[in-house]
Amino acid sequence: MGKFDLLKHELVPQFRIMTKEEVEQLRKDLGVRKEDLPWMLKSDPVSKAIGAKPGDVVEIIRKSPVAGKSVAYRYVVPG
Amino acid sequence: MSFYELIKSIKSIKFGVLSPEEIRKMSVVNIVTADTYDEDGIPIEAGLMDRRLGTIEPGQKCQTCGNRVGQCPGHFGHIELARPVVHPGFAKLVYNLLKSTCWNCGRILLTKEEVEKYALLMERYQRKWPQLRLRLAERVIRRASKNTECPHCGEAQYKLKFEKPTTYYEEHKEGTVKLAPNEIRSRLERITDSDVKLMGLDPRIARPEWMVLTVLPVPPSAVRPSITLESGIRSEDDLTHKLVDIIRINERLKDNVDAGAPQLIIEDLWELLQYHVTTYFDNETSGIPPARHRSGRPLRTLAQRLKGKEGRFRSNLSGKRVDFSARTVISPDPIISINEVGVPIDVAKLLTIPERINPYNMDQVKRLIENGPDVHPGANYIIRPDGRRIDLRFPKDRKSIADAVEIGYIVERHLKDGDIVLFNRQPSLHRMSIMAHKVRVLPYKTFRLNLCVCPPYNADFDGDEMNLHVPQSEEARAEAGVLMLVQEQILSPRYGGPIMGGIQDYISGAYMLTRKGTLLTREEASQLLARAGYTGELPPPEISEPKELWTGKQLASLFFPKGFNYSLKSNVCLKCQTCKKEECENDAYVVIRDGKLIKGVIDKKSIGAGQPESVLHRLIKDYGTDAGRDYIDRAFKLFLAYIDSRGLTIGLDDEELPAEAKKKVLEVIRQAEAKVSELIDIYNQGLLERLAGRTLEETLETKIMQELEEARELAGEIASQYLKDSNTALLMARTGARGSLMNLAHMVACVGQQSVRGERIMRGYMNRTLPHFKQGDLGAEAHGFVYSSYKDKLNPIEFFFHAMGGREGLVDTAVRTSQSGYMQRRLINALQDVRVEYDLTVRGTDGLIIQFKYGEDGVDPAKSDHGKAVNVEKIIERVVKAGGS
Ligand SMILES: [Mg+2]
Ligand SMILES: [Zn+2]
Ligand SMILES: [Zn+2]
Ligand SMILES: [Zn+2]
Repeated sequence: MGKFDLLKHELVPQFRIMTKEEVEQLRKDLGVRKEDLPWMLKSDPVSKAIGAKPGDVVEIIRKSPVAGKSVAYRYVVPG
Repeated sequence: MSFYELIKSIKSIKFGVLSPEEIRKMSVVNIVTADTYDEDGIPIEAGLMDRRLGTIEPGQKCQTCGNRVGQCPGHFGHIELARPVVHPGFAKLVYNLLKSTCWNCGRILLTKEEVEKYALLMERYQRKWPQLRLRLAERVIRRASKNTECPHCGEAQYKLKFEKPTTYYEEHKEGTVKLAPNEIRSRLERITDSDVKLMGLDPRIARPEWMVLTVLPVPPSAVRPSITLESGIRSEDDLTHKLVDIIRINERLKDNVDAGAPQLIIEDLWELLQYHVTTYFDNETSGIPPARHRSGRPLRTLAQRLKGKEGRFRSNLSGKRVDFSARTVISPDPIISINEVGVPIDVAKLLTIPERINPYNMDQVKRLIENGPDVHPGANYIIRPDGRRIDLRFPKDRKSIADAVEIGYIVERHLKDGDIVLFNRQPSLHRMSIMAHKVRVLPYKTFRLNLCVCPPYNADFDGDEMNLHVPQSEEARAEAGVLMLVQEQILSPRYGGPIMGGIQDYISGAYMLTRKGTLLTREEASQLLARAGYTGELPPPEISEPKELWTGKQLASLFFPKGFNYSLKSNVCLKCQTCKKEECENDAYVVIRDGKLIKGVIDKKSIGAGQPESVLHRLIKDYGTDAGRDYIDRAFKLFLAYIDSRGLTIGLDDEELPAEAKKKVLEVIRQAEAKVSELIDIYNQGLLERLAGRTLEETLETKIMQELEEARELAGEIASQYLKDSNTALLMARTGARGSLMNLAHMVACVGQQSVRGERIMRGYMNRTLPHFKQGDLGAEAHGFVYSSYKDKLNPIEFFFHAMGGREGLVDTAVRTSQSGYMQRRLINALQDVRVEYDLTVRGTDGLIIQFKYGEDGVDPAKSDHGKAVNVEKIIERVVKAGGS
């Protein structure tokens, strides 16, 4: 069996590690600390696949039946 | 110094463990005697009711703080335990601590490098992710307890076993050894502060050895008051009983130790002491028998006081009793508005609203004061600006009091028409379970409510009771009136449609009024419209020769706003292959143009409760909640007026079938029976073909059930064909007012297969359901098929099978309600603080984000069109229709 790339699976949405500037902007827009975003573990298969480290913020773009496209963010924590 | 500088705000709360020193420090008396009172009823010194523990008798001064009953906060005492015992609440933690530390040198079972690594990590977590600290601690403990040799002193580690609730064993080569609590305590003492930190504890407030008790705090007497019965016998609180047990065993243990008794006896007493302390904390600890009262009732100790529905949290802290509320039986009132609630005059005289006197209400308020507490629009109290309350019950001369009041006085006046109150029916499962209503003071003793608000409350009138609350501030009333008023709740976020609307007779009435052939004379039409509160002109009659006659549709049209356009399929629609729309010969396609009902009958699909995309829904969305409320209040009265004038009833002859139909029904059932026995024959010959994923027996069962179900359906169809159009049960089923065609078929044709757990009835005797059948009989009759209709009567065997099926239904509902109730509790606890912010993000407490945009699209389902923000099709249709006409 060949190596399976989970990021290419149809049901896995788009993940992207955000840059420092983007994170800062997001923080300002939402008026929160990074810790107040929903969390995602470093041991999450996707974190491993995209190389996210604790402290990173990941942007997730999902196809949504109600909104067409919806954007969410996850704060990566150790564990 | 300003006011705000003086106010402290709580930043965080930290929980720790009481150290023996702290327990002794906060204690005012060392309790050594198990007795409470002497013969004269005086508390014994150093006993459990020592005067220094606080006063409970009124008039007495506390021996510790000098305060009287209300002021004295109560004071703790303590018991010096002869031997240490494990605190049962920390037993698991103690096990983890023992497992991951060396029994010899007390260091954590990690190498120096690991310790450094984890210490660094712990420090970082503490700074950045304090919530993850405990998970790291878990990891450290898991890691350390794997080590079988101490990296510090090199000693081999024994395997530890923990037996609930408070026993620990060490597995030596020679056999297992029980660890005594004092040994455990000395091991815990040896753990260094830095190692304690690694395992997730703060050693300053929670040293491990404090989890093995050497001193036990004794709560103040106010926590466990003794009660004196009328007979003069004093009865002590359960906690006191338990403390008595602890002191008795403790003293005996102490005496035995001092006397140098054999080890065995001491160990027995020690274990007994541990048992008593464990049950003192929690008398429902698994693994040990609960301590009982002399009567055999289990004692209610510390944990039981807090836990569960009757515990401190749910019963006293989350659940509070309130003033300004009333509860009584509800009954229907089709005349009052849906926004109103009928309040009995006796209730209105007890519930009050504080009203401040000003130049404008002075005269009116004076009249209320003169009326006093016993005459309805009256008042119960006057509050003067200095805070003094004047009770209006007692003074003879209220006139002079009324004359004496001035601007700025507050009068607690009776509830009167138009006041805003909150009305509630339990279980409060959704937000429409509590709505704001306007008061209508009415005679008699029940709360009255409009029938259209029954669905949101899920109320009926078979004895249901409801609660009423009176908001006391102007702000609260304004908020309730704007946000919670019934008319603001008609559109439910659950349905995407109106949750309130016509039920039962409203629908039957609307149908009968608006169907073809309803013609009314001038007198009849006027009568109906008058009852609906219509004050406009009568439209020109539909038929003027030979007599002036108005159609029902004309009358129903009078309540639609001008310019209102809508069309839909009604409930009576036969769902033909291609809908002929306007040309439907059953008048089942509703067309409203420019506020006139041109075609179609009004039934459940147009005005029913919980019907999305209905006329009512459109009306409220396009013309607002005021128009919606007005339509329900007025047009619905017209429907009731018509059904009142005409009458609607069902009787036995509605369930009667002509002989021809009966024969046909019988024939259908006989045929099905023949097919069933044919199937059984095939099965017996082993020729039945197995369905995929089923056994042969299951295949046979499925096929038989299919056959019988089809037969019942067919019988029902035949029956409904033969029922007359004038049959009111059929009318109600077709319009959606009440009941279904299946209910009707059960009554007139055949009740059909009874089932338990989704299968034909199989239980009972050996290889048969009842002794009336042969063993192994697979036929319809032997497994719960009811041939008869309810009207014909069920034979005893059918009746029995029917009862079996019916019982399952009852059990299911009972189980479902309890299960869904518990689920609801947990969901509400989890979601109660979640809210949508102005930027459309969904956040919990402290602003932590749950959704970045509410529902991903930010649409309020109550204001949406089928979940979408706009319904383009409907808008186009409306614009085109409006332009075309
Ligand atoms: Mg009821
Ligand atoms: Zn005191
Ligand atoms: Zn060691
Ligand atoms: Zn149709």
